[in-house]
Amino acid sequence: MSILAKNNEGQSVEIYAIGAEFSSAAAVFEAAQKVRDQGFKWWDVYSSYPIHGMDAAMGLGKSWVSAISLAGAATGLTTAVLLQTIPSVFIYPMIVQGKPYFSLPAFFPIMFELTVLFTAFATVFGMFTINLLPRLHHPIFNWERFCDKATDDGFFIVIEVADPRYSETDTPKLLESLGASNITLIPRD
Amino acid sequence: MATNFSPEVEAYAKAEMTRQPLVLHKRNLAWVTQKICGIVEEPTPTWWWIAFMITASLSVLTVGGVAYLISTGVGVWGLNHPVGWAWDITNFVFWIGIGHAGTLISAILYLTRQKWRTAVNRASEAMTLFAVVCAGIFPGVHVGRIWMVWFLAPVPQANAIWPNFRSPLLWDVFAVSTYFTVSVLFWYVGLVPDLATLRDRAKTKIRKWIYGILSLGWRGGNRQWRHYEMAYLILAGISTPLVLSVHSVVSFDFATSVIPGWHTTIFPPYFVAGAIFGGFAMVLTILLPFRAIYHLEDIVTVKHVEVMCKIILLTGTIVGYAYLMELFIAWYGANPNERYAFYNRALGPYWWAYWLMMFCNVIAPQLFWFKSLRTNILIVWVIVQFPNLGMWFERFVIIVTSIHRDYLPSSWGLFHPSITDILTFVGTFGIFLTLFLLFVRFLPMIAIAEVKAVLPEADPHHHAEEETHVHSSQK
Repeated sequence: MSILAKNNEGQSVEIYAIGAEFSSAAAVFEAAQKVRDQGFKWWDVYSSYPIHGMDAAMGLGKSWVSAISLAGAATGLTTAVLLQTIPSVFIYPMIVQGKPYFSLPAFFPIMFELTVLFTAFATVFGMFTINLLPRLHHPIFNWERFCDKATDDGFFIVIEVADPRYSETDTPKLLESLGASNITLIPRD
Repeated sequence: MATNFSPEVEAYAKAEMTRQPLVLHKRNLAWVTQKICGIVEEPTPTWWWIAFMITASLSVLTVGGVAYLISTGVGVWGLNHPVGWAWDITNFVFWIGIGHAGTLISAILYLTRQKWRTAVNRASEAMTLFAVVCAGIFPGVHVGRIWMVWFLAPVPQANAIWPNFRSPLLWDVFAVSTYFTVSVLFWYVGLVPDLATLRDRAKTKIRKWIYGILSLGWRGGNRQWRHYEMAYLILAGISTPLVLSVHSVVSFDFATSVIPGWHTTIFPPYFVAGAIFGGFAMVLTILLPFRAIYHLEDIVTVKHVEVMCKIILLTGTIVGYAYLMELFIAWYGANPNERYAFYNRALGPYWWAYWLMMFCNVIAPQLFWFKSLRTNILIVWVIVQFPNLGMWFERFVIIVTSIHRDYLPSSWGLFHPSITDILTFVGTFGIFLTLFLLFVRFLPMIAIAEVKAVLPEADPHHHAEEETHVHSSQK
């Protein structure tokens, strides 16, 4: 079910979410805890820097980017072992300075470097993928106040209408009771 | 706990023990945004164009020198037998060492929770990248036949020849290219939220477009920050051993050989300490003028400068210890060739380079014991020129004085740089500064989101009334 509202020209538009602005990090932090306790799921807190402790305040667990990093590390290490072993032992076996073909200690530096390299790639691309970026347009950018302040000094809570606990009458009241200002319905298009 | 001190003593103790804030004058979030974005958004200042033209012209020297080298051959450098490595590798190690300060600030100081890093990490990381760019030129072109440089890469090719994975020179290829790639990724991840800030402030369509694409549509929701912070932590975690490994691997190029003066186990830690030492000197050299030009005194405070001076003092002293330990081991090891190598360094034909290095790297930074000197920006800038010079001479001393007289006296010789050597090196400063000027012009030179996060008001448990008592006793 899509939720509609009237815009300034009187046309009805589909609503993406309801947004509210808060005056400080402390205010948005307290509000986030209340919204979390109300059982909302499809919502987010926006700020121009990561707020310390906000994950717990929103009821979010530990990020699992680290799992992707670990997978990247394992891939890098395996790649380095194979990359060095296959040529040195099988394709192009050559005795250098009396060392064995499979000279593990001499392979360590490249094993380390490729582990780091693949971990870095996995971490960065994994993080952007989990965050669903790049995504150049998003309905939240339809909210002008948000665009002006979110990456400057604003603090916002945005609750999507898709949230099962969203209610056209109660949710704005809840946000108002938490000390929000500029409570706005954000159109989808 | 009850105390019976008089109010004056208590006020004094409080004033002494209160940490100086990282951003002065109680600046707020909007001020930070405006201050740093303003640098990028203002019309290009005249001084910038003048500086840019000078540095861009200088960089032509490297381009020309490299073109001349490739079209003619390595004979255009002053290399000879026995000095087969000279300015090329000296410049390479010099530049790659400079990069280390940026990664140290961005990674190691992050893991150790040194919050002051936020003011200087962006510019230092940029400096890292540009220094590695300059460094990469030399090993790339010193191979002689540059069209065969791809033989360094382990790729299947028609001759079925593979690189020797037991060679430190190949490790170096992997170490330096990994270092550059990871530094770029780390730098870019840090930039994304700040690019979003620039996007949201952009007035023209083209700026909005470019910063919009570069910021990937960053929204700054906590669900994004959560993963972002984890990624940042992991990048810092892997960059920490990486930065220590890069110069260690560079030092293996020397240490695994059997040349007297190179064949020492102290090289990896000694090179890493020297790299951080030289890197911080360059950070201060390049940051202090921009701090003055853009009036960033509230963000890059005297405290920041002082802390960096202390790091220079520490690492300079470690380097001094390494110099002396090398001498001691040469004597104690009782190897006549090793003993002669160090005797020759200090008293041979390149004695002046050795003592210049000693003075610049060990003696000059000792001035930073004095707080009055550490806190005087102009004096700091002058003093850090000594490490800049000294660290170049350190590499020159290690490389040239070791190989110009090795085991066979009949093949001893001297090295004289050619004009191409000199101009190619001078040009790298042009490249370095040109890239830095472009960076300052188009990207936020201070990490906006990170500086905001260390402001008192950024703390969700901060309440405005708490700070009233702190400053009343000061001044």
